[in-house]
Amino acid sequence: MLDKDGIAKRIAKEVKDGYYVNLGIGIPTLVANYVPDGIDVEFQSENGVLGMGPFPYEGDEDADIINAGKQTITTLPGASFFDSAMSFAMIRGQHVHLTILGAMEVADNGDIANWKIPGKMVKGMGGAMDLVASAENIIVAMMHTNKAGESKLLKKCTLPLTGVNCVKKIVTNLAVLEIIDGGFRLLERAPGVSVEEIKQATEGRLVVEGDVPEMKL
Amino acid sequence: MINKRVASVTEALQGVRDEMTFMLGGFGLCGIPENSIAELVRLGIRDITCISNNAGVDDFGLGLLLRKRQIRKMISSYVGENDEFERQMLSGELEVELTPQGTLAEKCRAAQAGIPAFFTPAGYGTEVAEGKETREFEGKMYVMEEAFRADFSIVKAWKGDEAGNLIFKGTARNFNPCMCGAAKITVAEVEELVPAGELDPNQIHIPGIFVQRIFRGDHYEKRIEQRTVRKR
Repeated sequence: MLDKDGIAKRIAKEVKDGYYVNLGIGIPTLVANYVPDGIDVEFQSENGVLGMGPFPYEGDEDADIINAGKQTITTLPGASFFDSAMSFAMIRGQHVHLTILGAMEVADNGDIANWKIPGKMVKGMGGAMDLVASAENIIVAMMHTNKAGESKLLKKCTLPLTGVNCVKKIVTNLAVLEIIDGGFRLLERAPGVSVEEIKQATEGRLVVEGDVPEMKL
Repeated sequence: MINKRVASVTEALQGVRDEMTFMLGGFGLCGIPENSIAELVRLGIRDITCISNNAGVDDFGLGLLLRKRQIRKMISSYVGENDEFERQMLSGELEVELTPQGTLAEKCRAAQAGIPAFFTPAGYGTEVAEGKETREFEGKMYVMEEAFRADFSIVKAWKGDEAGNLIFKGTARNFNPCMCGAAKITVAEVEELVPAGELDPNQIHIPGIFVQRIFRGDHYEKRIEQRTVRKR
């Protein structure tokens, strides 16, 4: 079974040379730490920066340079700043190649819910609806089950949707899965996790074909 | 040169009234018009609608207007980090319209550019699209969204000149450029205000035609919401 860093490490292998990538808050942010050397990527933050670098050294923080999580950041050589309309032109116009984000629920048709729990304080969708509706390639990073042990990979989302038929791939603490016509196709198992355990933890339709390899990290 | 300079924030905000709609630039607390917000608090106008990506924190940014219950409606994409906001929203004192961030930006830009409506894929199939026209283009579904209509746009830039030309810094740019010229009157507050001719025309982000009033703001606090650093 993987921890959060393990999920990030596995997703980092999906990041290809020359990609512009938008990382959501939480596990997706960790992906930046695991992109292999020799792979050139630029990270986009939807508040208006391409070429995001690591956090600044203590004392170097600049209130005018933050990411979408409102954290102080730095920029790398080749970086650029732009306004919000242009930022979402990059996203909607599919110039950003890959979006990695978290989710509360994913359905086996690619629907995703990650912005609202009825009855709880609603904070808003931020850029998530624009990102999921537009990206050519969306990878969801999340735990396979919620804190109550219930599956987050469902036949149908129960929470209000963020987007429809949009998720392409899911990396959880148990498995790598892709959305195919009407199902989660199991691609890889996390180290030490059996197909049976994944079946138990998946409420939606799970498609298992042949021997499912263990992931290599 | 058409001079847009006004002497003070008070002069810049002349004409603001109860029940007006305001666009306010900024992302979180980054690039917010601090001086103008303070003046709106001082003026005490009420029942206003604010179009702004976020709603500030309890004791800064738009949180200051919320605390005085001056805002009737917020149109935003994300409104966390604000307890008073949550209280007013749950009690029904405050109306909140949540809008996807890219749609919010484009509704500003459309108003700026004289485009009454546009189609976006964001929110299709979700509650955001309820009651809105949808249409298929090239096999994909889109939602029609309308341009905002506002009385005042209030933005913050890094540098400006008397002609109203603006230059922004870093990610403090965010929604500010999209809001310029998107309301009946655009007010820009800047950290540095120079005579016309001193800014390189090649470096201007927003031409002065989109700005009616410009003034130099004082004492920018530039509060940081999430101070994240690494060790040397």
